[in-house]
Amino acid sequence: MSLEKCPECSKEPTEDELLAQFEEILDGYVGKPGGLIPALQTAQKLFGYLPKRVLQLISMKLDIPYSEVTGVVSFYSFFTTVPKGKYMVRVCLGTACYVRGGKDVLAALEKELEIGVGGTTSDGLFSLDVGRCFGACGLAPVIMVNDETHQRVKPEKVKEIIDFYRDIEMTIIKEKAG
Amino acid sequence: MVTLSINNINVEVPEGTTVLEAAKKVGINIPTLCHFEGKKPLGACRVCLVEIEGGRALAASCSTPVAHGMKVFTNTKRARSARKTVVELLLSEHNGECKTCDRNNDCELQNLAYQMGIEDIRLKGEVAKPHIDKSTPALVRDNGKCIKCRRCVTVCNEVQAVGALFPQGRGFSSMISPAFMSDLETVACVQCGQCAAVCPVGAISERSHIDDVWKALDDPTKMVIVQTAPAIRAALGECFGYEPGTLVTGKMVTALKQLGFDKVFDTNFTADLTIIEEGTELLMRLKDKIVNGKKVALPQFTSCSPGWINFVEYFYPEYTENLSTCKSPQQMFGALAKTYYAEMLCKDIDEIVVVSVMPCTAKKFECQREEMNASGIQDVDYVLTTRELAKMIKQAGIDFTSLPDSKMDSPLGLSSGAADIFANTGGVMEAAIRTVYEIVTGRELPLENLHVEPLMGLDGVKTATLKIEGTQPDWSFLEGVELKVAVAHGLSNARKLFKSIENGEEYHFVEVMTCPGGCIGGGGQPRFTDDSVRQKRLAAIYAEDEGKELRKSHENPDIKRLYERYLGKPLGETSHHLLHTHYKKKEIFK
Ligand code: SF4
Ligand code: SF4
Ligand code: SF4
Ligand code: FES
Repeated sequence: MSLEKCPECSKEPTEDELLAQFEEILDGYVGKPGGLIPALQTAQKLFGYLPKRVLQLISMKLDIPYSEVTGVVSFYSFFTTVPKGKYMVRVCLGTACYVRGGKDVLAALEKELEIGVGGTTSDGLFSLDVGRCFGACGLAPVIMVNDETHQRVKPEKVKEIIDFYRDIEMTIIKEKAG
Repeated sequence: MVTLSINNINVEVPEGTTVLEAAKKVGINIPTLCHFEGKKPLGACRVCLVEIEGGRALAASCSTPVAHGMKVFTNTKRARSARKTVVELLLSEHNGECKTCDRNNDCELQNLAYQMGIEDIRLKGEVAKPHIDKSTPALVRDNGKCIKCRRCVTVCNEVQAVGALFPQGRGFSSMISPAFMSDLETVACVQCGQCAAVCPVGAISERSHIDDVWKALDDPTKMVIVQTAPAIRAALGECFGYEPGTLVTGKMVTALKQLGFDKVFDTNFTADLTIIEEGTELLMRLKDKIVNGKKVALPQFTSCSPGWINFVEYFYPEYTENLSTCKSPQQMFGALAKTYYAEMLCKDIDEIVVVSVMPCTAKKFECQREEMNASGIQDVDYVLTTRELAKMIKQAGIDFTSLPDSKMDSPLGLSSGAADIFANTGGVMEAAIRTVYEIVTGRELPLENLHVEPLMGLDGVKTATLKIEGTQPDWSFLEGVELKVAVAHGLSNARKLFKSIENGEEYHFVEVMTCPGGCIGGGGQPRFTDDSVRQKRLAAIYAEDEGKELRKSHENPDIKRLYERYLGKPLGETSHHLLHTHYKKKEIFK
């Protein structure tokens, strides 16, 4: 199951549409022991995170108490209940980037965004994550923001990069406001 | 059978026995914290470590099965010091002050620290943050004191099949709590307090009403009356050093009078009343179905256990029609105290304070339900658990053991043995059968000692069938009918019963008690309650019943008088207004 855009209009499906889709998938896990973690993984792939009402649906359908479901979700660090930010910032911590200061870049990002790895800013704009080698070792250290690569990043440059995306957002907001 | 030695004492036990159980057999008590009678061992707390010859590491005795020829040593320097370190570690993270703690003198952690001779905590660790949850009427939780033994998780998930509590997060910052570390009120908790009953420390307790009750007692403008549930008399003594199963009814009444209650009444009185109303309701449902061909909800479910009511309202809302509309005896009492009794005394209801002593934490919730104000104001003002009553007796400096016996006051104090057995699983059903059978046939229930044997004891789900023959003219439609009843205690057993009903099993009447063993095992009873304690309390209650002249609810003269003077007839208009209620569907997710 992958999250496909509608082939005709190429619109992202809404969360309600996804929920209906997910409910069908969930039927396949009903009555099967050990179904909780695979169901959660599928949900996370589909929604990008684990919304509360999805967890409630899982609890109901799989007949597992809600507190147990959230307990399992909070035990594993690969599950998240916060929607991913619009911009996914990933810092390469592969050997080359690591040696050339990838860690300092990460620290600078954490400071700038006021979140930790795996976190999302409260305005929902940025999420922060780390990666292993984006295949640009010659240009280390590298970070990626969604599909765009930024090379030879220095901790001092981090604010500039982030501000670039913040500016885009400001423009969008202004345009919308007319 | 397997033979092994423990501290050089030979012992023979069945295969599959744990080292912990085998040690107990030869009189060696190994400390435990996460261990839970009858459930799969968790092996989480490591306080039960012992040395096994040939084993490199120490073994957790609660989860190590015995083996032939095994040599166990519980008292070596290594084992002692390992256990001591485990407790020290717990204490180093523990955020509590014994002298002001609800569990002072009644705490397993404190006890272990004493037993192990811990005089100094050498380990300095990060201390858990206090996190106090007072969101429910019944319970207070403090995660700072929690030692993460998970007993509450086991009881809430496996015994009660509610699942309100579960470990959230991982590592040091993890918490044993409702979903997302939120408050209990945000999840479907039935307020049974079994978590508080099994918690070894002060991390879950009942919400105390002690101060409120003292305040009422100290107020000369108030008339403070108290009702005591049947299960108290078989357990209160434990708080004063008596063996479980010692009946202390007379001393309890004296203590309550010395505390300053103006009248000491008995919830038993309204238990008898419940039988009249609920038995009549059952007969009416049967008549409507058989004679009038109406669609009625059967089986009828008992309604005296407020945790069970919550359980149905949350998890089986399609069955709320099956619940008897009768209020619980506690609430019938409250309603009568502030109407019938107040009118008798020509008192303003604002002058009367009604206090209950209950084995139960959910009763604190029940008395605050919006439906429970038939008198115009809240019918029952405060609810004390058995444990809280014991504390008040101690606070007042009363030497309980040397008290003389006294009798309950009239007119809300006289009761039959049928009311006593409300405390036991199967008791409400037996009491109802004693009365219903006699109404329908005009003859006494033809069973030895008036007991319905298959409904007694600690089996999780019990059933019985009773053939009705020789009916009175009014009830001839029941001639030859086999009355089928079922009893469950502990909500996981209620789930089993629901499953059998959904699979087509047909019953006429079903009794469910929230707590294992019934009220004698309630969440507000003295700690620690295991099956052997339950057995003793059950036996004490049956003895109280058998010792009474009056054994059947419908023979209680004060109940007859109540109908003559005030209520009219069972299920009549006044009854309907004062003694009956309704239920609602509750949302699981809030
Ligand atoms: S829980 Fe026990 S050890 Fe902790 S403060 Fe209370 S009495 Fe003391
Ligand atoms: S009161 Fe009962 S239902 Fe609520 S958390 Fe405790 S054990 Fe679970
Ligand atoms: S609340 Fe009590 S029973 Fe539950 S884990 Fe903590 S210490 Fe154990
Ligand atoms: S009692 Fe054995 S590990 Fe907890």
